[in-house]
Amino acid sequence: MGDILAKYNLFAAFWMTIKLSALGAVGALLLGTLLAVMRVSPVTTLRAIGTSYVNVVRNTPLTLLMVFSILGATFTLGLSFSDQATTNAFIWACIIIAVYHAAFVCEALRSGFNTVPQGQAEAARSIGLTFAQSLSQVILPQAFRGAVAPLGSTLIALIKNSTVAAAIGVADAAGLMKTISENETGTLGVFGLFAIGFVILTLPLGLWFTSLSRRLAVKR
Amino acid sequence: MSAGLLFDAPGPKARARYRVLTVIGIVLALGAAYWVVRTFASKDQLTADKWKPFLTADAWSQYLLIGLWHTIEAALVSIALASVFGLLLGVGRLSENTPIRWLSSTVVEVFRSVPVLIMMIFAFGAYTSYGVFRDDLNPLAAVVTGLTLYNGSVIAELVRSGVHGLPKGQREAGVSIGLTAAQTMRAILLPQAITAMLPAFIGQLVVILKDSALGTIITYDELLSWSRSLGSAYANTIPAYIVAALLFIAINFSLTLLARKVQERLSRRGRALPDGDGAPGAGVTTGVVGTVATAPPST
Repeated sequence: MGDILAKYNLFAAFWMTIKLSALGAVGALLLGTLLAVMRVSPVTTLRAIGTSYVNVVRNTPLTLLMVFSILGATFTLGLSFSDQATTNAFIWACIIIAVYHAAFVCEALRSGFNTVPQGQAEAARSIGLTFAQSLSQVILPQAFRGAVAPLGSTLIALIKNSTVAAAIGVADAAGLMKTISENETGTLGVFGLFAIGFVILTLPLGLWFTSLSRRLAVKR
Repeated sequence: MSAGLLFDAPGPKARARYRVLTVIGIVLALGAAYWVVRTFASKDQLTADKWKPFLTADAWSQYLLIGLWHTIEAALVSIALASVFGLLLGVGRLSENTPIRWLSSTVVEVFRSVPVLIMMIFAFGAYTSYGVFRDDLNPLAAVVTGLTLYNGSVIAELVRSGVHGLPKGQREAGVSIGLTAAQTMRAILLPQAITAMLPAFIGQLVVILKDSALGTIITYDELLSWSRSLGSAYANTIPAYIVAALLFIAINFSLTLLARKVQERLSRRGRALPDGDGAPGAGVTTGVVGTVATAPPST
């Protein structure tokens, strides 16, 4: 196992996984929040757009979206971000990860909305706040605090799902695992290392989000 | 969603504002649609000969249906194995025997935190280098291995939260009529827990179907791989992917609807899983914005 480790750079691969996850997560949070607001808005059209987005994206395999971004969008439609193939693949991977997980962030936030008692919304309305005001001052702050736990599991799933970027040649953890398993034998130890790597990435996050959700939960 | 909780019945001003927002929404949606159509058209993706192949029997019988069957095959084998594996682990986590409980918990936590793709790649590499299966079966075996290990641990959590969600009196009643802990589990707790976890279990089928598309990375020829071949054969990559996506969406969306139906039925009979307990996929909450399924994302 030692000679395998000497030949390949595990840290670079995991660093790529972290970069993909971080950029993807920021994008997913922004887009997902927008979608969640659209889905609870009083405007039917906006609700319909949000609902269709979630239903389509949630039921499509991430792998298909990922492969489409290169074979479809870049090669056939000529939508490229960079002349360098690796940079283009990286940017597309971040975008696809964000677009895909936004649907789940939206659902996590919607479950956060459900932790807000109806009285809060009624009180906001009865003191004359508009929809936008009651949403931004009263409902969303509580909804985010109630959605910490599902947002945490979405983030953990996002980190694991970022490995799908290997399908379009991004040199992340799964890409390196593939290279190693194609070229070497006796890879059980290496698999163990990758497994530990992901446990290190996700387990503390899970614990942190659990304690965070407990600390941030609105006392009722 | 129950309208009117977050906002009042609109007055004249609000109605005008909603109309403006509606127009903005429609304009943005149409703009996006126009941009997609224009981009497709400028690369000749909307011409009839790109789409005609889907009206021929060959495109279906020689490409898409083969792929679809392989996707379903992998999903069915995986769900069967994952159910057995998950039931064993779930009961193991509830066992009164400490070593069994710890072992099951460790297995569940590890396989839940390792990405499915990493497990598939490792299994594929191991199977090919040691010749565990017939050569042409290796990719399928690797896909099934990855899906079974991951979804088995998720199902184990469903079983556990299903049992935890039952009223305490159920177990106490079982023990007080003289059943052993194992008998109580088998005859009283598990049947009720399995009924309660049915909607989440159907939801997990969607996860398995979507994750089976990962097989394309380790050369398993499922729907995604076959639609790529179709795209090269007829020189219509984009339409081929769109049709494959529509097939996935159609199957998964019907499964989601089925899960919702079962959930409603169980709630009516008062046997739905109470929310909470933090189990993945088990939470379905109802409140200010209606029913929300809070399953974490899968690939």
